[in-house]
Amino acid sequence: MSGDFAVVGKALPKVDGLAKCTGQTKYADDLSLPRMLYGKLLRSPHPHAKILRIDASKALALPGVFAVITGKDLPIKFGIMPSSQDEHALAVDKVRYVGDPVAAVAAIDEETAERACELIEVEYQKLPAIMTIEEALKEQNVRIHEDFGAGGNLHKVVALEFGNVDEGFQEAEYIREDLFFYQGSTHLPMEQHACLAQYDLDGKITLWSSTQTPHYVHRALAKVLQMPESKIRVIAPPVGGGFGGKDDPFSHEICAAKLAMLTGRPVKITLTRDEVFYTHRGRHPVLMWVKTGVKRDGRITAMHFRSFLDGGAHGSYGVATTYYTGALQPVTYKIPHYKFEAVRVFTNKPPCGPKRAHGTPQPRYALEIHMDKLAEDLGLDPVEMRRRNLTGPHHVTVNWLKINSNGVRECLEKVVEASGYQKKRKRGGGRRGVGLAISTYICGAGLPIYWNDMPQSEVHLKIDRTGRVTAFSGAIDIGQGSNTMLATFVAEVLGLRPEEIALVTADTDLTPIDLGSYSSRVTMMMGHAAIQAAEKLKKLLFEAVSEKLGVPTERLVARDHRIYDRENPAKSIAFDEAARLAEAKFGTLAATGSYWAPKKLGTYKGSGVGPSPAYSFSACVAEVECDPETGQINVEKIWLAHDIGRPINETLVIGQVEGSVYMGLGEVLMEEQEFRNRLGIHKIPSLLDYKSLTTKEMPPVETFLIYTDEPNGPFGAKEAGQGPLSPVIPAVANAVYDALGIRIDEIPITPEKVLKALEDKAKGGKGRVGPERMPDFQFPAPIKVEPPK
Amino acid sequence: MKRLVELKINGELYQVAVPVHKTLLEVLREDLHLTGTKHGCEVGECGTCTVLIDGQPVLSCLTLPVEVEGRAITTIEGLAENGQPHPLQRAFTQLGAAQCGYCTPGMILTAKALLDQNPSPSREEIVEALSGNLCRCTGYLKIFEAVEMAAKELTHKSL
Repeated sequence: MSGDFAVVGKALPKVDGLAKCTGQTKYADDLSLPRMLYGKLLRSPHPHAKILRIDASKALALPGVFAVITGKDLPIKFGIMPSSQDEHALAVDKVRYVGDPVAAVAAIDEETAERACELIEVEYQKLPAIMTIEEALKEQNVRIHEDFGAGGNLHKVVALEFGNVDEGFQEAEYIREDLFFYQGSTHLPMEQHACLAQYDLDGKITLWSSTQTPHYVHRALAKVLQMPESKIRVIAPPVGGGFGGKDDPFSHEICAAKLAMLTGRPVKITLTRDEVFYTHRGRHPVLMWVKTGVKRDGRITAMHFRSFLDGGAHGSYGVATTYYTGALQPVTYKIPHYKFEAVRVFTNKPPCGPKRAHGTPQPRYALEIHMDKLAEDLGLDPVEMRRRNLTGPHHVTVNWLKINSNGVRECLEKVVEASGYQKKRKRGGGRRGVGLAISTYICGAGLPIYWNDMPQSEVHLKIDRTGRVTAFSGAIDIGQGSNTMLATFVAEVLGLRPEEIALVTADTDLTPIDLGSYSSRVTMMMGHAAIQAAEKLKKLLFEAVSEKLGVPTERLVARDHRIYDRENPAKSIAFDEAARLAEAKFGTLAATGSYWAPKKLGTYKGSGVGPSPAYSFSACVAEVECDPETGQINVEKIWLAHDIGRPINETLVIGQVEGSVYMGLGEVLMEEQEFRNRLGIHKIPSLLDYKSLTTKEMPPVETFLIYTDEPNGPFGAKEAGQGPLSPVIPAVANAVYDALGIRIDEIPITPEKVLKALEDKAKGGKGRVGPERMPDFQFPAPIKVEPPK
Repeated sequence: MKRLVELKINGELYQVAVPVHKTLLEVLREDLHLTGTKHGCEVGECGTCTVLIDGQPVLSCLTLPVEVEGRAITTIEGLAENGQPHPLQRAFTQLGAAQCGYCTPGMILTAKALLDQNPSPSREEIVEALSGNLCRCTGYLKIFEAVEMAAKELTHKSL
């Protein structure tokens, strides 16, 4: 791929940046319609209870109340994954977590709607609540879902063996086992979820919603409302932060639509911050056990990894999350024999789901600390330990994932060198320490969420006779910059500027399919579709220009608003004139592009999670200063190298890296989605008490972009939005060990845990805080998979 | 009970009849359709709804309109002058300091109050001034750089 790009790779502003800085961007809650009503959800105060009776008569009698609905009005189940249709928009018969929606009201204003909710009488019969992984594994009599899952309170059980781990462990000269716990955290987007539904009397529903996945919301609405998809239009206005928290179809979206149908008036529902915490779908708490066999020189001979996931009350993306906790370990390290077992359980807490880097930061945290511990046991330095096991380009992993470009080695060397890691390590006695970790992430899930053979992303383009190009795409900008990506790809091919491309996005009536902003798939998939459509349009323009100038099309170039003869650049036609010539020749000008991901290589059950057109790689060094008196950890600096393939917009890539570092630091140091045991009430459902980094805690970040020109990437690009989060967390944990000699094998690394570990160390203990034992659970015999030759 | 209040917003006078307990945030967004002012918690924790009252950053979700009658209220819509974006708006755009953009109006207004009082703030002073505004996308670093860029442009202009 030639490096001669006009706009690709440059540090250009976002095409929608100024609108966001001037207050012009309209988010979902900024929309209003004449005669609009306000909706509110009544939510369960109990973590687990039967609903004996609901009486809404007093609420309905309140002046200003237009409609009240309950579970019986929306009896059809839905869920993001076809295999997990376990949610009702409003609880039917029982509630499964505090915050489970029970009834919905539409009223003249928010206050009246709130008062109406208070007037709804619900009689509950409390059931025992299951609040932990251990309880869920043990409890057989009380079941959260009676008709769904893998028996008891198990949602999903996975057991896979690639190669033969027993053989691998026999070849080992040293074996180590470790246990880790990764606490759950939530996305905390600054924008509270909001939606607005409008019902036309000709039977059509339009829903504007702050969603990352309008396409899947469209399908869920059609299913639950029992309406043809053609009668439903879902529009996603720009989303004020997603991070995976707006990936599922939600109760409030379905309720707003239903209330609009019943009242014949537009209905808006905006969640309060409190409700956003209870809506959740965030990072799964995961207990992990890992056992690795190595040769004396550090080479891995076998690995056995177990995950126990606390799924909360529903399936959500949990089946995928479960597999993701085991899928990517072999993408960074060569593991000849690999066994992966996992179980996801239901508990009476808000459902967990996908959060940035979905299901992979937890095992990466465990693995990267485990690698450091192995290195120490073997007397190797952590860099060398990793070097000896790294995968390379054009590699097929033991679990059948195909890696093309692979810059993990360059990433590792870059951060080690730039940070002075070797010199700073083991300074001893001080309060400062450095830690290292690497990671990888997919560039788009290879498979759609529901099985189909259609493209995963499509783009339509048109040129009008002013020369204006309009791109239509279902992709939704959640701040990651998909609008800028779309415009940049089209502009590059046609020789225009990104800001000149008109965009119509994320509207199921007007735009072709894009599956949504999740799994770092948009740049990869929409990018290819956009390039393909633009190339088709360019061909039409070139044919018209060729005729006019008498120059063969092969010699034509589109750049700087002109189409010109490569051999005689003075021979040229302005872009808008070319558009008119082409329209005169061909009629109205339009083109389409479609993208299908490459077929996966694996054929085993579960092989659908992990395959991707490409993998990004990252490496991180963290330097910390610890206060042994208070247990406080201050991160002084982060060095992060990211194998981006090729950046499409450098400013946006660095922004994604810095944002990932920020979010990783929150997870490792302070963020916790925690519940008061037995009561199921969120401990800290507020932006003040749910700790996140402010400007004061954010350290400087030095970012290095590694270019590897991914052959499957659009113009060589790979993802940037999620992968760089994962190495930050273990890098900090390893740095704390370097500084204080204590192992916090349970994030977040709070001052309390640091002090506890220091105290333990002072008493002659191991100086470790972390889980002590694995729950008793018998995994089934694994599916045996022959590794690639 | 509704009451007629007179608000001076972005130099214009608005008369609006609102229930006395309705917050300035709600009145700006719902009654006056100035939706550039966003909300992240509505209880004074995140800084997203910041507006300027007589040049000082104030959380509009904790402010009642009756408290600010007759005072100069500036929202993000009032920052551009003569159809030109404010240097802060340009710098935030240029450097990618707005990702999802939802915290951006509050961030920019808080930064404006800082620059009005302290035209050449140090990095530490910027960090301190913005410490009440949460952002989940950027990790704040591009925001700091944007404030520094705007400060340079503004001081250069006033020389």
